[in-house]
Amino acid sequence: MNDLLAGCETAIRLILTADPEVLNITIRTLQITSSSVGISAIFAIPLGAVITFRNFYGKRLLISIIQTLYALPTVIVGLLCYMILSRSGPLGELKWLFTPYGMVFGQTILIIPIMTGLTIAALQGIDPGITDTIRSLGASHLQFLKTHLREARFAIMAAIIVGFSRAISEVGTAVMIGGNIKGHTRVLTTAISLQTSMGNFSLSLALGIILLAIALIINLFMSFLQNR
Amino acid sequence: MIEIHNITKAFDGNLVVTGVSETIQKGEIFTIIGPSGQGKTTLLRILGLLERPTSGEVLLDGISVTGLPASDPNRRRIGMVFQNPVVFKDSVFHNIAIGLRYRGLPKEEIRKKVLQKLHEIGLSGYEHRNATTLSGGEKQRVSLARVMVTGPDVLILDEPTANLDPVSTEVIEDLIRYYNRVYNTTVILSTHDMIQGQRLADRVAVMMNGRFVQSGTIFTIFTRPCSVDVAKFIGIGNIIPGTIIRNEEGLSVILTHGSLIHAIGTFPVGTKVKIAIRPEEITIHTGPDRFSSARNVIAGTIEKIMPIGIISRVSVKSGDLILLAQVTWQSVRELDLRPGDRVYLSFKVPSVHIMPDEP
Repeated sequence: MNDLLAGCETAIRLILTADPEVLNITIRTLQITSSSVGISAIFAIPLGAVITFRNFYGKRLLISIIQTLYALPTVIVGLLCYMILSRSGPLGELKWLFTPYGMVFGQTILIIPIMTGLTIAALQGIDPGITDTIRSLGASHLQFLKTHLREARFAIMAAIIVGFSRAISEVGTAVMIGGNIKGHTRVLTTAISLQTSMGNFSLSLALGIILLAIALIINLFMSFLQNR
Repeated sequence: MIEIHNITKAFDGNLVVTGVSETIQKGEIFTIIGPSGQGKTTLLRILGLLERPTSGEVLLDGISVTGLPASDPNRRRIGMVFQNPVVFKDSVFHNIAIGLRYRGLPKEEIRKKVLQKLHEIGLSGYEHRNATTLSGGEKQRVSLARVMVTGPDVLILDEPTANLDPVSTEVIEDLIRYYNRVYNTTVILSTHDMIQGQRLADRVAVMMNGRFVQSGTIFTIFTRPCSVDVAKFIGIGNIIPGTIIRNEEGLSVILTHGSLIHAIGTFPVGTKVKIAIRPEEITIHTGPDRFSSARNVIAGTIEKIMPIGIISRVSVKSGDLILLAQVTWQSVRELDLRPGDRVYLSFKVPSVHIMPDEP
């Protein structure tokens, strides 16, 4: 109980005093996570739309595989990305290992299935009458997709929120690809992990509270957008 | 003009529409009536180019539109409104403007057209309202305006009032008539409400088992059904089997359950037929009516009296023949009709329609 109270107290103090190290880690966390979410959205939303509206052999199987990948362990993604980005890996020449770029790469791989799957669910949830109406109004292929995405925008926004939450809270990929290098690849989750292993429970808790506060602010912002 | 050429549609080998052909003139209101599950919606979806026929084609002013991409200019001349009111999760303005945006019209022109349509459908001032908050009738008006604002040559409506209350139904019917008369839009409408067909249609087709079993004016369909199924569907209460026993002076005499009924017909003597008589065409008397010009008079006993709103249906038995007559509730009181009373039923020769006796 004392640790909890101390953690809350430390979190408030760190926020109020704008501790440079915590601020630095928080900004980096936000940069990496929002980059991953942005890149994932660029791929996942059109991919989800194409899978929803195209009929092809093995479509159901593909959707099941995508849904299975929601449960992808972060350490497995970390390991795979490590192998891909290591010097001898297929993308070794990019030299992204132990860089924020590598961490964005890893998180993107991690959340693309979630965002794709939830986009598919969002589009499949649209009333078939809407699809018929769009077609009967003479929409082109692009207009057809854009109108559907607009119609499912609240559910797709929820997919983005889930992707963001998954990315900001994961630690496996961040540690394995980023390496938790101070001032370079250290993010909130890896810092929490490090502080916990060093026995600084109150600082770990404080960082956890900051992480949750960020997630809360992002969620409130998204809810605000949804309600507009 | 829209021409339907031998349209057939099968789903997984099951024929839903079978060889439907028809020509619908520009500016006509053509109504397809028929019980549920007979292929009306599938045919309309084919005409609305949402479904591809298994065979056959649809021509619009001589141009085949079957299989055209949705954004093709000829394809965009056909608009469709569905049974369930459909609105996008957006403002009423956006809902009506969307088809014009697809066509790339300038913003100011879109605004002008949308506001005009809102006025026509009686929803002026609703442009900023979220369309999902409207009532069912208002949503259907928005659906209709969304199509009509694009200026289609052909408007297809699939049971557009099936889920609406009577007041909203009347508003939608008025709008359909308005758009047909003012813009000369060809209207193809399906309904299982025969009275709606009667109110709106220039011409009617009855669809059963995936085909048009009869088409013509509403008067023809309602007075000269081609088969027992059609007669039943349009609500003819008396459908009785009989045999032509004599043809004299252009009239057929039909023996039915021991009674003789006169009708206009050309079936040869000995033919087994079914005769249809609307209960509304039968007059009921408590004694022989010497002044009646009706050729058919049958004496019988009242079996039961069934009140339906302000009218009553009186079931009268004469030997094995049972006939339904329709009278007002007031007449039942004035004539003091009761089960067991001896009465006379009279009906004129043209009120009797002879149909072939099908299995």
